[in-house]
Amino acid sequence: MTPVVEVRDLRRTYRTSTGIVKRRSIEIEAVRGVSFEIAEGELFGLLGPNGAGKTTTIKMLITLLIPTSGTAHVLGLDVVKDAHEVRKRIGYVFGGDRGLYERLSAYDNLRYFAELYGVPPRNQRRRIEELLDLVGLEGREKERVEGYSRGMRQRLHIARGLLHDPPVVFLDEPTIGVDPVGARDLRATIASLTESGKTVLLTTHYMFEADSLCNRIAVINKGVIVAEGTPSDLKSIVADKTVVEIETFGIAPETIERLRQAPGVTSISVEEREQAQVLHVQSAKGLELTQELLGMLNGTAVGRVAAREPTLEDAYVALVDAA
Amino acid sequence: MRVARLVWVGLVFRVKELTRSGLFVFTSVIEPLIFATLTYYLFSAGSRPETVIYSALGAGMMGIWTSTLFASGGAISWQRWQGTLELLVAAPPAFLLVIFPLTLGSATIGLYSLTATLAWERVVFGLPFDPVHPFQFVLAVPTMIFGLGALGLVIATSFVLYRNANALSNMLEFPVWLATGVIVPLSLLPGWTSVIGWMLAPTWGFEAMRRSVFGGDVWAPMGMCLALSAVYFGIAWYLMGIFERRARERATLSLA
Repeated sequence: MTPVVEVRDLRRTYRTSTGIVKRRSIEIEAVRGVSFEIAEGELFGLLGPNGAGKTTTIKMLITLLIPTSGTAHVLGLDVVKDAHEVRKRIGYVFGGDRGLYERLSAYDNLRYFAELYGVPPRNQRRRIEELLDLVGLEGREKERVEGYSRGMRQRLHIARGLLHDPPVVFLDEPTIGVDPVGARDLRATIASLTESGKTVLLTTHYMFEADSLCNRIAVINKGVIVAEGTPSDLKSIVADKTVVEIETFGIAPETIERLRQAPGVTSISVEEREQAQVLHVQSAKGLELTQELLGMLNGTAVGRVAAREPTLEDAYVALVDAA
Repeated sequence: MRVARLVWVGLVFRVKELTRSGLFVFTSVIEPLIFATLTYYLFSAGSRPETVIYSALGAGMMGIWTSTLFASGGAISWQRWQGTLELLVAAPPAFLLVIFPLTLGSATIGLYSLTATLAWERVVFGLPFDPVHPFQFVLAVPTMIFGLGALGLVIATSFVLYRNANALSNMLEFPVWLATGVIVPLSLLPGWTSVIGWMLAPTWGFEAMRRSVFGGDVWAPMGMCLALSAVYFGIAWYLMGIFERRARERATLSLA
């Protein structure tokens, strides 16, 4: 079966220049030869740290950026040569506060985009009402967007992206900055998209989100895909590892570096939790490093310590650290 | 039909958005009255009484051009700033058809300038306004707005590619006032300036308005205004095709 999204060796270089008299040109390779395919009805996740090339990849697929080289097809259409036809068939949602007409109501915003996307006038009202109901904004649609919370804006973004009922939807960090309850509702909405037969490309920072939503995941780092597979496939990368979580308070960066160099440690990630810094230390299964690690933390206040099985996030950290 | 509807919905959307901006409404309300007062005193000092009503029309036109110029180019910058420019470019209709209602909306808001100026000069200075051809005057006003919207569209294309194209629009405010003859008749300016003036659709639109007030053939300048507007559309279509592609190559559609 022909894939709905087919990306082959896609590259994108940004060129900027600095200086007034002596102009100096700088080239940044944001995406360096990315290839992947997404099948019909699949929810495909693109994971990566900030600056990995996720948004640049999505922008090339939705025709907003022209690739430096390589090809990308959506529903068999070339994103450069057939940009106009691609635009009719896709929906996309960017995360964040921007991208809405703040002074107007949600209804006005949706009405305008319904017109731009060729929703027949007689169907516009019904379609807008359906979507307001889907994203949980019914009853608030007459209020100005400037008074909306971040979660409400994100939901409005999703409604906008679905107005013309596109078969392919691109979601770029749709839950970023949204509170846990709002994010859970948004995830339920995203899950419902594939249930209705849509093909979805999702980028996110949240591993549990990717784990619970995606059929397949590609991890991108420094513009290159470093791993691709189902969430289980990716977790298997760290199946032979164990993780020790150590809660610390005020740990110095050099101490973290020292731990990273400790024999047997394969990777370390640091999670900020209010006053605490929680270290997730990966090592080979069966290797008992806890005492040794605690010894190296001499002088740093330590809270809870626990060993656990690796998660998708640990796999992600291992992949990104190794790249 | 689809295009007409798209333009109409875009126009209503744009006017609605502009009128929700307190600052824009303030400048649109106050500035024309300042222009009207200044030009009244300037021209009433002269020896030809008919120049006062000419100045009233001209002052209105100055307001329309200012609001078109800043709101047209500014519309693109503003869309870029609020993150909606990418959404408009990625929408299925030709980008020019998405942008045109925005510039037309700005010119329509400018219509207030003209109305306010004429009303101000009548109420405050007791200046009568009795056009020789009232029917043609009613037609000449939207023709003029159309011409301004089309000129604004050509300017707006540069804003798609260049993030700092506002330097261009800042530069164009006063020269276009002069070149279109809204301050003083073109016949009073050096010969070479009239060549520029005649290439601008609003010059002909203004001439149509002037003749509908003072007498003369209104249809010829009105036709010229529409013909030049059509040429502007052709230019804007061509430029927008190039600039939109370059903007996608250079990644200038968003701020980041």
